[in-house]
Amino acid sequence: MSEQPQVRSRTGLMALAWLWVALPFAYGVYELVRKVVQLFGG
Amino acid sequence: MAVGFLDRSRTIAPTDWSRWLIPPAALSVHLSIGQAYAWSVFKPGLEKTMGLSGTQSALPFQLAIVMLGLSAAFGGTLVERNGPRWAMFVSMSCFSTGFLVSALGAYTSQYWLVVLGYGFIGGIGLGIGYISPVSTLIKWFPDRPGMATGIAIMGFGGGALIASPWSSQMLTSFGVTPHGIGAAFLVHGLVYAVFMSLGIVLVRVPADGWKPAGWEPKLDHGKVLISAGNVSASNAIKTPQFWCLWVILCFNVTAGIGILEKASPMITDFFKETSTPVLAASAAGFVALLSLMNMLGRFIWSSTSDLIGRKNIYRVYLGVGALLYLVIALSTNSSKVVFILAAMFILSFYGGGFATIPAYLKDLFGTYQVGAIHGRLLTAWSVAGVLGPLIVNRIADSEKAAGKVGPDLYTMSFYIMIGLLVVGFIANELVRPVNPKFHEPAQGAVGATAGSEAK
Repeated sequence: MSEQPQVRSRTGLMALAWLWVALPFAYGVYELVRKVVQLFGG
Repeated sequence: MAVGFLDRSRTIAPTDWSRWLIPPAALSVHLSIGQAYAWSVFKPGLEKTMGLSGTQSALPFQLAIVMLGLSAAFGGTLVERNGPRWAMFVSMSCFSTGFLVSALGAYTSQYWLVVLGYGFIGGIGLGIGYISPVSTLIKWFPDRPGMATGIAIMGFGGGALIASPWSSQMLTSFGVTPHGIGAAFLVHGLVYAVFMSLGIVLVRVPADGWKPAGWEPKLDHGKVLISAGNVSASNAIKTPQFWCLWVILCFNVTAGIGILEKASPMITDFFKETSTPVLAASAAGFVALLSLMNMLGRFIWSSTSDLIGRKNIYRVYLGVGALLYLVIALSTNSSKVVFILAAMFILSFYGGGFATIPAYLKDLFGTYQVGAIHGRLLTAWSVAGVLGPLIVNRIADSEKAAGKVGPDLYTMSFYIMIGLLVVGFIANELVRPVNPKFHEPAQGAVGATAGSEAK
């Protein structure tokens, strides 16, 4: 059985799922970049 | 055997399910359990409020890492049998309960409860959670297994990036008192339970025989080491290939963790006698930069392995890694840029080594029990976690006692790391396709979901 060509987009669920993990991740990266800047005297 | 909502049979994806919903499910678990690397945030507060030494306050973390290795090694077969939803639920329950028990320990000033909660109970959550999405991702992304596992394992690196500032902020708000620390543990337990629930709800396994549209497995019996056969976890550990990968992972992690664990004092010591010494704030930036490279390496290098092959990417991690250590050892403190760049790449190879190993296992042993095999291989991580810091710290202490300063404190460690990486490189060269006598009968071929029942 192969993947069906008409996979339902589930756009809302997809957006929610990725935002769920991307937002805290972005916060962590932002805080990290702030520290990295200090290494180069920013 | 898992029942009801958690049962493997209830997680088989409908035909219109998108495989791109699986990485966020995996990330919700890995971003949570990756908090373990931010444990140090709680150490000063615990030491102050409970009168602990540095060694004592490290106990919950150390026990958690030991339990991670043990639960991944011994729980891997259960994870394969009961499926990813069950595994994520167990992980969430243990990880969250660990924080709640720790909260009780902090409120009542009973430190043993913190050790039991975070270290023992939470540590089981780490091990089961770490391996929970691996075989599922590989089955959904047979065309890009390196990228798929790279995303999840990058999440483990990213978890500390989130938890470190978040936990610090919470302690500042609640106060560094028994009640403040207890409240912080309580909030962690509740928030992580909610956050990890997304993975439990969302995760699905592909139906038997599913494969991406238009994709056909490339079966190559020598050149890129992709096997047509499946090997059970109990048979895998009887093969030389498993032990070659064990050595590769162990020494690659040892080499990376040796720098990571001592990054801040290392860069400070290295450039202390130069005209441009590194201050504490800059050293913290160096540590953060290495964390970033560790995380990015997990995704970038693991994805690259889908294009150039697993054996070749480990040649880069181990061979180029050894050369970069040599560059640091020879250039000493003559150039800060060279030191930082070399350390950045070494740490990216460290992360890449972690993230690529599940795909290497899949290539050699098939998808049948790859999660369980991965769990057993993670014992190499436990050994490396002791070995790396031990080498660097012992040598630095003894060189300091001998009156040495600056790069001389670390030069011997770097040469030892080069030796270990060379041994790992040789082990990688020795990897050959698995002898077909270890393969399962044909019905357990690609796409099988019967797990150990097919044995």
